[in-house]
Amino acid sequence: MAEKLAMTMDGRQIEVEAGKTLLDIARENDIDIPTICFHEATTANGLCRMCVVEVEGQRVLQPSCIVKAGANMKVQTRSEKVIRARKTILEMLASTMDLSDAPDILSMMDEYGASHERFPDAERRESQVKDDNPMYIRDYSKCLLCWRCVQVCADDAQYTYAINFEGRGYETQIGTFFDKAIPETTCVMCGQCVGVCPTGALKPKREYLLELGKSPAEISVMNTGKKQRKVKG
Amino acid sequence: MIKANRVVTSTCPYCGVGCTLQLHVKDDFIYKVTSPFDSPVNHGNLCVKGRFGYDYIYHPKRVTTPLVRKYLLEGKPKPEGREQVFAVSIEGKPISNSLISNLWDWIETDWETALNITADNLVRIYKRDGSDAMAVYCCAKATNEDNYLLQKMYRALFRTNNVDHCTRLCHAGSVVALQQATGSSAMSNTASQVVQNDVFIVTGSNTSENHPIIALQMKDAVQKHGAKMIVIDPRRIDLVDMAELWLPLKPGTNVPVFTAMAYVIVEENLVNHDFIDDRTEGYTEFLSTLETFTPEYAEEISGVPAEDIRKAARMYASAKNAAIYWGMGISQLSHGTASALALINLAFLTGHIGRDGTGLNPLRGQNNVQGASDMGSMPFHYPGYMRVDNPDNRAKWEKTWNIEEGGLSLKLGLTTTEILSHAHEGGIRSLFIMGENPMMSEPNLNVTRHHMEQLEFLVSQDIFINESGAFADVFLPAVPFAEKDGTFSNTDRRVQRVRAAHPPRGNSRPDWQIICDLALRIESRLGLPTAKWNYSNPEEILREMGSVNSDYAGITYDRIDRVGLIYPVPTLDHPGTPTLFKESFPRGRGKFHQLDYVPVREEPDDEYPFILTTGRLLEHWHGGTMTRNSALDEIYPEARVEIHPADADIHGIRNGDPVKVQSRRGEIVVRATVTEKTSVGVVFLPWHFAEAAANLLTNDALDPQALIPEFKACAVQVFPARVSDLPNPDVVVLRGRY
Repeated sequence: MAEKLAMTMDGRQIEVEAGKTLLDIARENDIDIPTICFHEATTANGLCRMCVVEVEGQRVLQPSCIVKAGANMKVQTRSEKVIRARKTILEMLASTMDLSDAPDILSMMDEYGASHERFPDAERRESQVKDDNPMYIRDYSKCLLCWRCVQVCADDAQYTYAINFEGRGYETQIGTFFDKAIPETTCVMCGQCVGVCPTGALKPKREYLLELGKSPAEISVMNTGKKQRKVKG
Repeated sequence: MIKANRVVTSTCPYCGVGCTLQLHVKDDFIYKVTSPFDSPVNHGNLCVKGRFGYDYIYHPKRVTTPLVRKYLLEGKPKPEGREQVFAVSIEGKPISNSLISNLWDWIETDWETALNITADNLVRIYKRDGSDAMAVYCCAKATNEDNYLLQKMYRALFRTNNVDHCTRLCHAGSVVALQQATGSSAMSNTASQVVQNDVFIVTGSNTSENHPIIALQMKDAVQKHGAKMIVIDPRRIDLVDMAELWLPLKPGTNVPVFTAMAYVIVEENLVNHDFIDDRTEGYTEFLSTLETFTPEYAEEISGVPAEDIRKAARMYASAKNAAIYWGMGISQLSHGTASALALINLAFLTGHIGRDGTGLNPLRGQNNVQGASDMGSMPFHYPGYMRVDNPDNRAKWEKTWNIEEGGLSLKLGLTTTEILSHAHEGGIRSLFIMGENPMMSEPNLNVTRHHMEQLEFLVSQDIFINESGAFADVFLPAVPFAEKDGTFSNTDRRVQRVRAAHPPRGNSRPDWQIICDLALRIESRLGLPTAKWNYSNPEEILREMGSVNSDYAGITYDRIDRVGLIYPVPTLDHPGTPTLFKESFPRGRGKFHQLDYVPVREEPDDEYPFILTTGRLLEHWHGGTMTRNSALDEIYPEARVEIHPADADIHGIRNGDPVKVQSRRGEIVVRATVTEKTSVGVVFLPWHFAEAAANLLTNDALDPQALIPEFKACAVQVFPARVSDLPNPDVVVLRGRY
């Protein structure tokens, strides 16, 4: 049996197992903490900060997906400071990226009263859709850099290491080495990345084609001719 | 955003892992596949085939209307010869292009006509030539229910055991060996238990390409659970990157390598005496034959350094929990049974069997090869591995199928390869093929073609006209996994639900319904009392089978609605059996087997200096009926032969050059991939590509016990060729991972 310790969450005195994160504990106790980058199949890394909570005695808000419970910890999951932080995070996301394929985040915006217009001068991160293989497309205008795709491509699932961060700061984007097309990388096209993408930045090709207005019959014909690649030279 | 009309949970139709799929459907079109992250087998992970490779369902070349040859429809005598006519346009319509006679043209017809013609001709041949003229290939891709019914139709109506399927071509050697040594024939443990191993051996299995999700679990075992992996394989497969030890043996030298490991385990007294005393028999006799198998002797034969054999033996024997996972590299040899027995001996010596995280695990290839075998789609067994030559077993099925006492045949049937080699006057006259493709999967295809041509009447029940269906007289359009209900049994023995995502396309019908309709027609023509074919749903079929086969007795669709059950499930409240042999083996004591080294049947010589070994690719599936009609073919459109740089240098072959690969039986032209992935003297070919079919080259030598062909080793020569000799000169695979 794991060691038990006592703590308080939203005023409730609870006994928890040592080693659990604050997010685990909240979910066990039916306390709702919103998350964006967190996924049960990937290693939590506190990137998006949507899950922050206020811990008494701590100077800054703590990401509940990675901070572990401590004895006598007093945690507020919905303090004013927390709400303001979450709202700002959502507004910053909305000002820089395309959230049209992220219904969960859009409903969080409604819930937190976040405005799409809060930062009107923000420069949107826009890029061309990368349609370089027959299985899935990459639309980084919709990417919020949650890192899940990189994680499942690496040690969280596939051990393939075909994609990673490239660029720095505002220019950061997920990419392949030397920006090669997917078929020319080590990618095995398992699509674990597509499976964990929260914003539709990674999408099955056929779903993408349907969205473009192609009919199932048209899509089926597109799959029939094998792409004949000319031998170079 | 596309909103799904419905999301249907089903089971992947490709490999034996049995991943859970969620099919997202809009307007009767699957546009996306996901997998729940709490799925018991794959934890939300899929491979390229499972996640993206379902588009063959909508391929325009899929045939969705019954087809018969013109001569049948017009009641004319069958024209001379038998021609391979694909004869389907890009719209899936028949085209007249027969070279022999327009009487061979495919004509679209209705179900009534197609089924009547099929029943008339099967019954005509049966009445004239009897049971021995009839044969059927069941299908490791189809559901348990489909397979059970098809073997029932042939056994109950035509009174023949000439029933087999492609298990013969993949793990027959393993099945026979496990039955001889333990009395069971499936994996002893589940694949996900690999994370409980301290040491595990992967041999004759390129797991990353053939069981991709199990490979992820193997990598997790090494990276996150501290397990040590030993790879014993002629190729430097992907898993070698994470292996503690790689033993690159020459193809077909399994028995000396594994038995030398046994030698070391005995010599260094790493044996588990308690286990041997309590659970096994034949140990003393086994010891007496061990003397010759020194590691040095094995090194001489296999090329594996004796010291590495010693290390591998010590690691395996001294681990707390150790397991062996193997694939076709063990079984597809003319001594496939002996190879598997050599592995089984290792588990008996060390007692690494009968506990969680140990075991003997032949990774089953097809999504439902385990189930099809369980359903009795084999010439020696009824469902539940009940021997057909045992009158007690016969009586049970006679009762179930409403057959007169002594009506079922006690005679062992022919295997897949034998069925075709007996296709001649006085032998097999008619063949029913459900979903299989012997014209790709049999060895020595030039001879297979000759046998196919000798058949008098051939029925193909499939979704495409593949290389085998192109020979058929009647084509019955069945449905893929996404258009029918039923169950698949995965390599873990886990019985899982398959669910229709949308109605059958066109005029196609679920296999189980086609079989029932055909069986009723045959039955009435033969004037037999009915064996019962009026099922209202597939579950009734599974329950009928489970009423005799106790492994499945406790399985209902309700119980496996969300999570499958791992058989044996003898009763309705039994939780399933992930680990076998905890107390005893089905045959009582595990039996050690004495083995000799028998070389592969065709060894390299001056004329044919290379060993050709064949295998599979991640992007493709077996004979290619599905994947070559999918976008998967775009990412890997051509066959490539792998050759070692040292060998390529001698012949002046550069990476990408066209080469002719020739054996005593045939030749093909493909591009070369020059790579250290293969060993010196060994070339590798995938067997998915009809236009450069590896099985034109392979040797049809059979294992004497399992009758499995020797796909894994034959002698070939490699010559430089011209680009214009390639079947498709302007198609070239361009992938970073190769």
